[in-house]
Amino acid sequence: MLKFFSNTFKHGVHPPEHKEDTNKLPVRQFPFPPLIVLPMQQHIGKPAQVIVREGQEVARGQLLAKADGYLSVPMHAPVSGVVRKIANVPVIGGQKASGIYLETFPFSGQEVVEGLPVPLSASPEAILQGIQDAGIVGLGGAAFPTHVKLKIPEGKFCEHLIINGIECEPYLTTDHRVMLEQADDIFTGIRYLLRVTDAKQVIIGIEANKKDAADHLADRIPDDLPVKVKVVPVKYPQGAEKMLITALLGKEVPLGGFPIDVHAVAVNVATTAEIGRLLPHGRGIQERVVTITGPGIKKKGNYLIPVGTPLRFVLEHVGAAENLSEIYMGGPMMGISASDLDISIVKGTSGIVVFGDENVKRSDKIYPCIKCGACVDACPISLNPSRLGILAKSEAYDTMAEEYHLMDCFECGSCSYVCPSNIPLVQYFRVAKGIVRKRKSAVAHV
Amino acid sequence: MFSKTLRISSSPHINKGVGVDVIMRNVIYALLPVTVFAIYAFGINALLVILTSLIACVLTEHLLNKFSNRPSTIADGSAVITGLLLGLTLPPIFPLWMTFIGGVLAIALGKFVFGGLGYNAFNPALVGRAILQAAFPVAITTWHPAFLADRFTRVSESVLTFPFAKPVVDGISGATPLSAFKFDQVTTESADLAMGLISGSIGETSSVLIALGGLYLIARKMMNWRIPVAILGAVYVLSGILYWINPEIYPSPEFMLFSGGLMLGAVFMATDMVGSPITPLGVVIYGIFIGLLVVVIRIWGGLPEGVMYAILLGNSLSPHIDRLIRPKVYGT
Repeated sequence: MLKFFSNTFKHGVHPPEHKEDTNKLPVRQFPFPPLIVLPMQQHIGKPAQVIVREGQEVARGQLLAKADGYLSVPMHAPVSGVVRKIANVPVIGGQKASGIYLETFPFSGQEVVEGLPVPLSASPEAILQGIQDAGIVGLGGAAFPTHVKLKIPEGKFCEHLIINGIECEPYLTTDHRVMLEQADDIFTGIRYLLRVTDAKQVIIGIEANKKDAADHLADRIPDDLPVKVKVVPVKYPQGAEKMLITALLGKEVPLGGFPIDVHAVAVNVATTAEIGRLLPHGRGIQERVVTITGPGIKKKGNYLIPVGTPLRFVLEHVGAAENLSEIYMGGPMMGISASDLDISIVKGTSGIVVFGDENVKRSDKIYPCIKCGACVDACPISLNPSRLGILAKSEAYDTMAEEYHLMDCFECGSCSYVCPSNIPLVQYFRVAKGIVRKRKSAVAHV
Repeated sequence: MFSKTLRISSSPHINKGVGVDVIMRNVIYALLPVTVFAIYAFGINALLVILTSLIACVLTEHLLNKFSNRPSTIADGSAVITGLLLGLTLPPIFPLWMTFIGGVLAIALGKFVFGGLGYNAFNPALVGRAILQAAFPVAITTWHPAFLADRFTRVSESVLTFPFAKPVVDGISGATPLSAFKFDQVTTESADLAMGLISGSIGETSSVLIALGGLYLIARKMMNWRIPVAILGAVYVLSGILYWINPEIYPSPEFMLFSGGLMLGAVFMATDMVGSPITPLGVVIYGIFIGLLVVVIRIWGGLPEGVMYAILLGNSLSPHIDRLIRPKVYGT
């Protein structure tokens, strides 16, 4: 009803933000671990293909693995060292996947080797190639290859370039710090993005809890760039691309469609900064800013950590509580629980939130759905999670998909967060989506 | 270091922390002023009826769970609410043995047979009351004046009627404002109605305290405000139109709002989350439907009061409303 007057999206929730612990702490360089454990698939798409051999000495920034096709990105060496082993490495979820064990040279200066610069004057195609070559993926957590996202499909055009500085996940402050500390990189990144998207205007969307970052960027907008900084009210999940587009442009992305369908392209602000930082030097991603926080951490902060740093090494350095009980890679709303400490920091790791035993307040008691409607009022895309939950319990997966838009759920967790009955709705939906996908592919193969 | 086994969970890893038990507890808090005032107005008889209803409901819930080998659900507080609500809808000198049966059936037939909390199609307290109304039509319409001088010292013979015996009505009885209007064309002052200085069911008489309880729950976001607003609005508008057409034969809209069980029903019964629709538009339709039915039954029906049947019919309609009225999905 108030759509015309409000610069936000419909529904959503307000989980406690908990950002004050780290949002004033400048980004600090993390020590290099003695051993880097580098999975080859840190992005959506095909794993990178290893091009080095065991025993080979590599320099920091050197290409270790090349992209396997279009939907894939290469991997660069996060440290100078020796390739100890090319084997499966532990990844989140308790599985193992192809990767590289890289032993860090203990006394190396860790100088970064640079490649061929990609100048702003390069063609849009060359810039897209440069973005892929730099191994850049969405750093907000999704880790979708950025060059794929930036490719404007035939017959479509981009009018609005949206820079996503929302960071709506509780606890996380990486984008906040990047905005305060890397304004120049962000604007350089925007110049590259304007070259490839040909957008008419740029909007940097920032939530009201990062007013300092909004002011900082607004004061530094170069005169020749069509950039606006827009502050929107704090609400989860505003950082979800479609929610942000609705908040900033007042338009809804058609169901099953993409932002380009409303002439928009949205890029995370840290991703933008990486493009601006890496491309002029022909470098690849070898580290990222990670917020390490939560009640189980002593030295909370924002750290620049080499990709592939093992979680155990990270936690030892930040003084994690001995009785740590739960670790969320990403925030507490959409992050994934770490099942062991042998996994490593990957390109999509925006934060590590650690809870001790006494901090886990979630109850294990599940009540039946009392149809209170809290989930209906929370769902940012106006699904009926209550109904979907009841259907999931009776295993009516096809009805869920066909009549209740199951497949459009992006698992933001708002419904489970507000549920007074503590029903793990998102978990139900994940399972249901998996089954529906399996059935569909089974049908397709008949 | 870090030898402890990690706990893993599916995202989201945090919950707002307002559980079903918290909501139920707050509904009980919201009902307390109404209950205390009812006992103050009707004395020891009302206290006995409410206690009996509470005991019957909680005991039934406990025993049914026990006999069907389920974990006890008393702690969620819903049986307490059913007991309180049932007690509050009964006349102040309703025989205790009938009250007890009402409480047992409210839980057994109103809730348990459907599968317990969350699955009950109807408001359990109203199911219990509907059964009592059908079984004991005289006793449930035998009213009693409020604020009698000896109300804290004398227990009515009717209340203590021996099980399965016919209740004896002691000398004094009082007509409710609605029955006085329906059968004797006598209207009552709206101010007296609002403050509860009248005869009626135990908990329905003080509209002001009921509304306060509702406001508390609305402020805590534990009640859908659209439901009472839609019901009361529909009643006010329809009875207002009728009153405007002919004030001689139709009651004033203020009288309609503050008399009988409307306020209690609109605030505490129709808002039962399980029996009401889930979408904002759905609950408005549900509320208007109930409000219109209340007026229709009161004015053209054979009974002076129609809130109970109106809400039960509304409950039966709400799954259909949810099937028809769905939220507009983003991007469609």
